[in-house]
Amino acid sequence: MAKGDPGGTTRGRRAAPRSRKRAAGDPELVQLLTPEGERIDSVTGPDGIEYRVDFTDEEYRGLYRDLVLVRKLDAEATALQRQGELGIWASLLGQEAAQVGSGRALRTQDMAFPTYREHGVLYCRGIDPIMPLGLFRGVDQGGWDPNEFKFNMYTIVIGAQTLHATGYAMGITMDGKTGTDDGEAVIAYFGDGATSQGDVNEAFVWAGVFNAPMVFFCQNNQYAISEPLERQTRIPLYQRAAGFGFPGIRVDGNDVLATYAVTRTALDNARHGQGPSLIEAYTYRMGAHTTSDDPTRYRIASEVEAWQAKDPIARVKAFLEKQQIADADFFAEVDEQARRESVHLRERVLAMPNPEPVTMFDHVYPNGSPLLDEQRAQFSRYMESFEGSAH
Amino acid sequence: MATETLTLGKALNTGLRRALENDPKVIIMGEDVGKLGGVFRITDGLQKDFGDQRVIDTPLAESGIIGTAVGLAIRGFRPVCEIQFDGFVYPAYDQIVSQVAKMHYRSRGKLSIPMVIRIPFGGGIGAVEHHSESPEAYFAHTAGLKVVSCANPQDAYVMIQQAIASDDPIVFLEPKRRYWEKGQVDLEAPLSDAYPLHSARVVRPGTDVTLLAYGPMVRTCLDAATAAAEDGRELEVIDLRSLSPLDLAAAYESVKRTGRAVVVHEAPSNIGLGAELAARITEECFYSLESPVLRVTGFDTPYPAARVEEEYLPDLDRVLDAVDRTFGW
Repeated sequence: MAKGDPGGTTRGRRAAPRSRKRAAGDPELVQLLTPEGERIDSVTGPDGIEYRVDFTDEEYRGLYRDLVLVRKLDAEATALQRQGELGIWASLLGQEAAQVGSGRALRTQDMAFPTYREHGVLYCRGIDPIMPLGLFRGVDQGGWDPNEFKFNMYTIVIGAQTLHATGYAMGITMDGKTGTDDGEAVIAYFGDGATSQGDVNEAFVWAGVFNAPMVFFCQNNQYAISEPLERQTRIPLYQRAAGFGFPGIRVDGNDVLATYAVTRTALDNARHGQGPSLIEAYTYRMGAHTTSDDPTRYRIASEVEAWQAKDPIARVKAFLEKQQIADADFFAEVDEQARRESVHLRERVLAMPNPEPVTMFDHVYPNGSPLLDEQRAQFSRYMESFEGSAH
Repeated sequence: MATETLTLGKALNTGLRRALENDPKVIIMGEDVGKLGGVFRITDGLQKDFGDQRVIDTPLAESGIIGTAVGLAIRGFRPVCEIQFDGFVYPAYDQIVSQVAKMHYRSRGKLSIPMVIRIPFGGGIGAVEHHSESPEAYFAHTAGLKVVSCANPQDAYVMIQQAIASDDPIVFLEPKRRYWEKGQVDLEAPLSDAYPLHSARVVRPGTDVTLLAYGPMVRTCLDAATAAAEDGRELEVIDLRSLSPLDLAAAYESVKRTGRAVVVHEAPSNIGLGAELAARITEECFYSLESPVLRVTGFDTPYPAARVEEEYLPDLDRVLDAVDRTFGW
């Protein structure tokens, strides 16, 4: 289990828990922690499954720490872009709970296929948070080993990775690695805009037909750059799953507990051979699409303010305070750690060297190519022809 | 040498069978590749013998075939994907060009995609539209992909196995109108001793003009050379075999002797393989050339209706016409 991964072990709860069928206000949204920090003991989803989590105090605090660190590092990356140190940055602001909740629900043996915004999941997988900054700084194209961390490279072409995830999951079945508690499962991340892509729909078909052990995790952050959800769909996204023959469920994506519970259940069902499912994590992109975007051109401030009130971190903090699971010293210590790690991140980004130009010829083919050998040699001679060249 | 007479199609089938036998990670996937054995029967009998976990009938969606094969490759499998016809590869274009081709590069070698994408290509079978195209330039233009084409049963049998054994992603173009042509195939020579995959080969020596071709046009050029010999001209025919990377050492050596080169392919001429070949030969053989490098190709139209494809496709006479023209300078 990854460091800091809450195991979800059973324990007595401090809150006066109450059960209810569904969260108030939205009958189709699984929620275990309200925006006010009120804990809901368990929820029976529209699928008839009872969702609950039973974390230790330490695990609750761990989730809070994850959320704060992920947000702080993301903010630091945005600042680095503003200062010209990154070419662009795709912020996860507002989606921390969807990513930490699902990321911590993964078991060590599970494989994740991200988009380019899954910095929170990346963090949960134990990858150095500087890795995606190399990509956005332009010094490499992502530096981690996908198989070592069970977290594939970022995929920028929208939806393409859902097919990769599906194929990987088919491979799990072919390897006979399902049907037990230590079976493997796959999670495919994508957004609301991606649901319009052919690849995503093909992935749904394939996963259904081959009963692939996987979870389609859609972070519906309400916008595909400027286009609102209504431009992608006329039914709630999670309901699409029914047409493909597998379950779909909508969870409050700003609720780290509900996201954890729903994702863990879906992954465990998949690893036990029950096939794919779709989770729609209902959330909101608080920031711009990327640092090149200007959301004031297409959405109004009152909408953003309404979502501000549903902040994924504030509600956990309120819960921890109310239940006396954490005190002021703890919150200060987490803030200090976040500050320290973001300073450290900044220092390391500024120290990232540009790659040697000739390395652009590396790794085009596993077996190389005579054409590239020739071009590399020509390029090297050309570079050496400059007076005072270090080459 | 134990040889058998096989059609090119059966040679491919036998090569695929060998690959499945030799490596449990090899899987075949595509539309109708299972019970039917593929619309051209290239996978005939393989599902029966290797099971539906290794020879997989997929849903009817080309991007899905290639995209899921990427995931299977990351998982450690060696997928051999069949695209049913050349004109149906385009729905998979993003997966091939942006995903398959770049995965090794983007991961700085941490991931490789040892995938073979088999595509029956080219015309000459009287087919309806989208069934006769020659898309090789799209793929040969893409860094990260390798592209090969076989022209005879022996090469078909060996090259398909070499492609599957290679860790590079390879687009494997099969000359569909030659599927039924027969030839001797050595089924016992070890693969390790075989002629290298990405190497061109002189298939008919000659002294007067060098013909460069691949896939279905190799036979056409050989026929042209036979006809030319009756007129007293000796044409050297080179089967390029590998379209990316190109292996042009034999071509350079040949053109330096003959002083004349004609490139023949079914694909349209504009920005095609012939242009690259002409440029490279001109750079390398400039002082030996007696004439510009000429191209005999399909026209820059969409592939026409089948009743006029014989006029669209390069044939013996058009090749000989170009040969004549090389003597006009």
